[in-house]
Amino acid sequence: MIEVNSISFRYHDDWVLEDVSFRAERGEFVGLIGPNGSGKTTLLKILYGLLTPQKGEILFELVPIKKMERADIAKRIAVVAQETHLLFPFSVLETVLMGRSPYLGHLMFENEKDLEIAKKAMEWTKIVPFSERHMDELSGGERKRVFIARALAQEPEVILLDEPTASLDIQHQIDFLDLILTLNRERGLTIIMASHDINIASEFCDRLILLQGGRIYQMGTPEQVITKDNIETVYGCEVWIDRNPISGIPRISLLKKGRS
Amino acid sequence: MKIITFKKVITFSIFLGLLFILVVLISITMGSVKVPPLRSLHILFQSILGLKGGGNETERAIILSLRLPRAILAGLVGAGLSVSGATFQALLRNPLADPYILGVSSGAAVGAILAILLGLGTFSFGLPLISFLGALLTVLVVFYFGRQDGKIHPNTLLLAGVIIGSFLSALIMFFISVSQKEELHTIIFWLMGDFSFSNARAILIIFPYILLGFFLLYRRSRQLNLILSGEENAVQLGVDVERLKLVSYLSASLITAASVSVCGLIGFVGLIIPHAVRLIFGPDHRLLIPASALVGASFLVASDTVARTLLAPTELPVGVITAAFGGPFFIYLLRTRKVIRIL
Repeated sequence: MIEVNSISFRYHDDWVLEDVSFRAERGEFVGLIGPNGSGKTTLLKILYGLLTPQKGEILFELVPIKKMERADIAKRIAVVAQETHLLFPFSVLETVLMGRSPYLGHLMFENEKDLEIAKKAMEWTKIVPFSERHMDELSGGERKRVFIARALAQEPEVILLDEPTASLDIQHQIDFLDLILTLNRERGLTIIMASHDINIASEFCDRLILLQGGRIYQMGTPEQVITKDNIETVYGCEVWIDRNPISGIPRISLLKKGRS
Repeated sequence: MKIITFKKVITFSIFLGLLFILVVLISITMGSVKVPPLRSLHILFQSILGLKGGGNETERAIILSLRLPRAILAGLVGAGLSVSGATFQALLRNPLADPYILGVSSGAAVGAILAILLGLGTFSFGLPLISFLGALLTVLVVFYFGRQDGKIHPNTLLLAGVIIGSFLSALIMFFISVSQKEELHTIIFWLMGDFSFSNARAILIIFPYILLGFFLLYRRSRQLNLILSGEENAVQLGVDVERLKLVSYLSASLITAASVSVCGLIGFVGLIIPHAVRLIFGPDHRLLIPASALVGASFLVASDTVARTLLAPTELPVGVITAAFGGPFFIYLLRTRKVIRIL
């Protein structure tokens, strides 16, 4: 579905991404992991066409992203970014309706059908009870749900998530990721998630891409990627890897220096 | 359902439009020459019907050639400054942004002062025209320096605006320091914002530009909602952000240039009105832009009426009144942050 063909990107002189290639198939849940500055966020920005790589290209269903109109990209790829500005806060419903924007074109106002789609998205994400509240009155976890609802209102095929659990407590992390997993499994949405939390990425993703300094260090199932060698080399710290006793998936424990 | 629909925008616009008409009607009944209110209105309605009844020649001239054009002009400028301010606040994501933030006004001021010093102030077209050219020239220079590789970077643009504005302020101070006493009074009044420079023809100069700017902005008002949460956010929702920014910055600058050129630097309107309107109607630009235009128009007509009548027969610069109302109101907003949204 998404094909990344040996892309390289730089903001100024230094390459931030170099010769990155991978594919994400329809319905896959892909995790991007790697240290700060390894290029995760930049890669996501390239995937939805915000940034254009100097080398290589991205194909969406065999069509180069850079040949697609912005609105056409937004109809197929939705993004849930880290925090957004809330200068003059809109209500929850207004925010979710903004997801219909790519379909409106030059039209100024949403119609009944748009409202219907927005309401369905709000039911899915269980935010109907506070649909009239304003965004600045919500907790971090509630706000994340609103942005997922907005993404669903775009009726996309792919959702890109950038550090979605970074500011959430563990209950909200699990709620949020269960919701994403349901969308992935039941609606066949392709998910690409950048995350700092290796355990979460390991637990939820079908496949992981481990980035180091703008290059793909290793790519594969959590079993293949989350190994003591890989993590210690890429992150440069000592860790212990065993298996989550319930799910059997690789699990990482952090160690103080000199304890291994 | 609390969402913006076409019907709501039309309903509120009609309501606020009626408010504006009411303010204009009250305004033309007031002034240093006493014309009884009912007779003033009679003169107006007679003239709308194409008749010449109502009062004597002098009274008709005062109502139809002085007060009415001045009220309409104040309305246009109030609408222009408010819409421009609302747009800059959205584009720069800065609640303190106002129509003068890119230095356009300083360009207009240099133009106006030059016109005054060259003695062109006495010609009806001279002053606003040169001032307008000064403002447009400043817009071009600011955008030339504020764009990098074909893209508008808000911070660079802002910096370019501030620096060019400071440079032009130096010119203004230079001109002030070398000008004669009579000119000085005119210059100071212009810098404070004053409608006594203008006449009916000024309406014809600025109306096309303000109307054009308004329509260009209104067509993009839905997209302005999206850029309020950041440019990346707007891109994620399918907006061609560079195009949006180019059209919106230029439209708002054009409106500012046209407004400032006929009446000088009227402060606070473009800063306060969008905030006040947001508190009542919410942040959606599809309603915010027309509502700001109509509320701003009413506010400036009312302020100018006070400026004309408070110390009659002496006229105060209208900027004195807007700042006197605007300052305390802004502090009130900062202190309470109370939202009285009816939508």
